[in-house]
Amino acid sequence: MTRHDGSSRAVLSIEQVSVHFGGLVAISDMTFALNQGELLSLIGPNGAGKTTALNVVTGFLRPTKGEVRYRGAALNRLKPHEVANLGLVRTFQKTSVFGMNTVFDNVLIGLHRHGSSSLWETVLALPHVRREEKRLRERAWEILDFVGIDKHAAQLGGALPYGEQRLLEVAVALAAQPTLLLLDEPVSGMNASETASFMKLLGKIRQRGLTVLLVEHNMHMVMSMSDRIVALNYGKIIAEGPPAAIQQDPEVIRAYLGQEVKRA
Amino acid sequence: MRRTLPYLWVGFLLSVPLWLHDQYFLHILITTGIFTITAMSLNLLLGFTGQLSLGHVAFFGVGAYTSALASLGFDVHIFGGFRIVHQPWPAVTGFAVGILVAGLCGYAIGKLSFKVREAYFVIVTISFAEVVRLVALNWVELTQGPLALNNIPPFTIGFPGLWEQTLWGKVPNYYAVLAVGAVAHILIRRLVLSRIGRAMVALKENEPLATSLGIDVTRFLVLAAVVSAGIAGAAGGLYAHYIRIIDPDIFLFIYTVTMVIMVVTGGKGTLAGPLVGGIIFGILPVMLRPMATPEAQWIIYGVFMILIVFFLPRGIVPAVQDWWQSKMGVTQAPVDGARTGGRL
Ligand SMILES: Nc1ncnc2c1ncn2[C@@H]1O[C@H](COP(=O)(O)OP(=O)(O)OP(=O)(O)O)[C@@H](O)[C@H]1O
Ligand SMILES: [Mg+2]
Repeated sequence: MTRHDGSSRAVLSIEQVSVHFGGLVAISDMTFALNQGELLSLIGPNGAGKTTALNVVTGFLRPTKGEVRYRGAALNRLKPHEVANLGLVRTFQKTSVFGMNTVFDNVLIGLHRHGSSSLWETVLALPHVRREEKRLRERAWEILDFVGIDKHAAQLGGALPYGEQRLLEVAVALAAQPTLLLLDEPVSGMNASETASFMKLLGKIRQRGLTVLLVEHNMHMVMSMSDRIVALNYGKIIAEGPPAAIQQDPEVIRAYLGQEVKRA
Repeated sequence: MRRTLPYLWVGFLLSVPLWLHDQYFLHILITTGIFTITAMSLNLLLGFTGQLSLGHVAFFGVGAYTSALASLGFDVHIFGGFRIVHQPWPAVTGFAVGILVAGLCGYAIGKLSFKVREAYFVIVTISFAEVVRLVALNWVELTQGPLALNNIPPFTIGFPGLWEQTLWGKVPNYYAVLAVGAVAHILIRRLVLSRIGRAMVALKENEPLATSLGIDVTRFLVLAAVVSAGIAGAAGGLYAHYIRIIDPDIFLFIYTVTMVIMVVTGGKGTLAGPLVGGIIFGILPVMLRPMATPEAQWIIYGVFMILIVFFLPRGIVPAVQDWWQSKMGVTQAPVDGARTGGRL
């Protein structure tokens, strides 16, 4: 088993985390760290515990044991919205948008963290509220443009084709001003060309200096985009290292045998 | 068209007392207006946050009783021989206090129940309404119990010493209801079209996604409950100082049901929905009265509501909007205001 100890540039550290669901051990004694600006992929067969790990980091689940820290702050006791307010923003494995809202409004909702007008200021319609609203709308257009779904702005989120819906999810997450972006299988269900353009988008996102934790089954994407990979099986880290090393790792190959046939 | 419609409406409503001299019908319009305000307040919770308050009449009743008691004064004994004596305040001050107390109740109920929400919120609101009804019924020294609070003073507006006007009779009260309704509507409109309103809608539609974007569930649901309860309390104050007599029957469950019917048939989650539903279900009983016994009226109500819910599940306003859009050949809603369905 190869292991890089979290260097001094580590922003997110997961320390000896275990998650039990009743008798089921979804994650056991997991330790790894993410460095500033890094793209780290979390891979593993179905049920390995990847989504569970994401849920623990983002406050959707409390770990049974262990600790998660982001830039020095302990996340264990925080609620999801508090974790988000520290700059950790996630997407969901199962497509998740505000279906009855327009694409534009989806992104406006995502921009929640950019605004601060209070109830009083809002009902009194103070000039600064209007300025803030204008700023948010401009920002929403920038994000739609950046992700490349600006032409769908007026459509309902739920009415978008699948591929665009997955892009909308990322647009909404980006709107929430992440410093660490956590993506749960963002290209699952996309065709090859959609995947290729998503990889381009992810490249652009990284140029903005975002740290990314990627959960993904698409090995082409994982191998070509990751700085580092953590491989899980049955809730345990079985390998950790750069893509080239992971590809050769006998434990990883064994874990994926049989699995690969199913999901080809 | 869309922009001028609200102004036409306001102009029409302002003109009503000029040509409608039937006092009974004016009375119906006033009570309909008051009920419509409560429906608007309920819509903020039910339509925009998705939380069903089945004790909404409690906030209305608390506003009514508080405002009435503050302007009547009281002298009650509490445990240990203590006495609380309150000298009468002006009705308008009572009205403000009523809004405040109703809002506080909304805050307490929200804090209490939004940790678990939905079914729990329904139960807590129903129980709350029953508890305040029992207090109103049994704390006779304060509320006169079933004997009712009588001689509640009407509103007096103006500046003391300069110009004052006491709202006796129907016409001034009609305008008072219209004014409060307009303020409530503008308030709710500003709220739901803002970042705060978007957060509420986001929580209703997809709570995990909303929280993952930094939206604090409890904060925005409690906020909606406070504003909603405060507006319902304002409607209660209007009612108390217009009818000038209130008893514990004000808390009857059937009033909450009426509010829910107004919101659901009009179109929950739209700004115009409760107005449309409120007017229909405020006026319908009057039209039915000469034709049907009260029991038959309720059946007609029920059938009418089932028909609407069955054929227009989202309510009248969204259905009309869809029809209008398809007629105009517009397939895509305009970006601004599309979510809340236009400007009204
Ligand atoms: N809320 C839960 N309650 C009980 N068991 C759960 C819960 N969430 C996940 N599990 C179980 O924990 C294990 C890990 O699940 P997890 O969703 O993290 O896997 P994953 O690596 O994301 O898999 P996939 O690639 O299929 O998404 C699975 O056995 C799953 O059935
Ligand atoms: Mg998963």
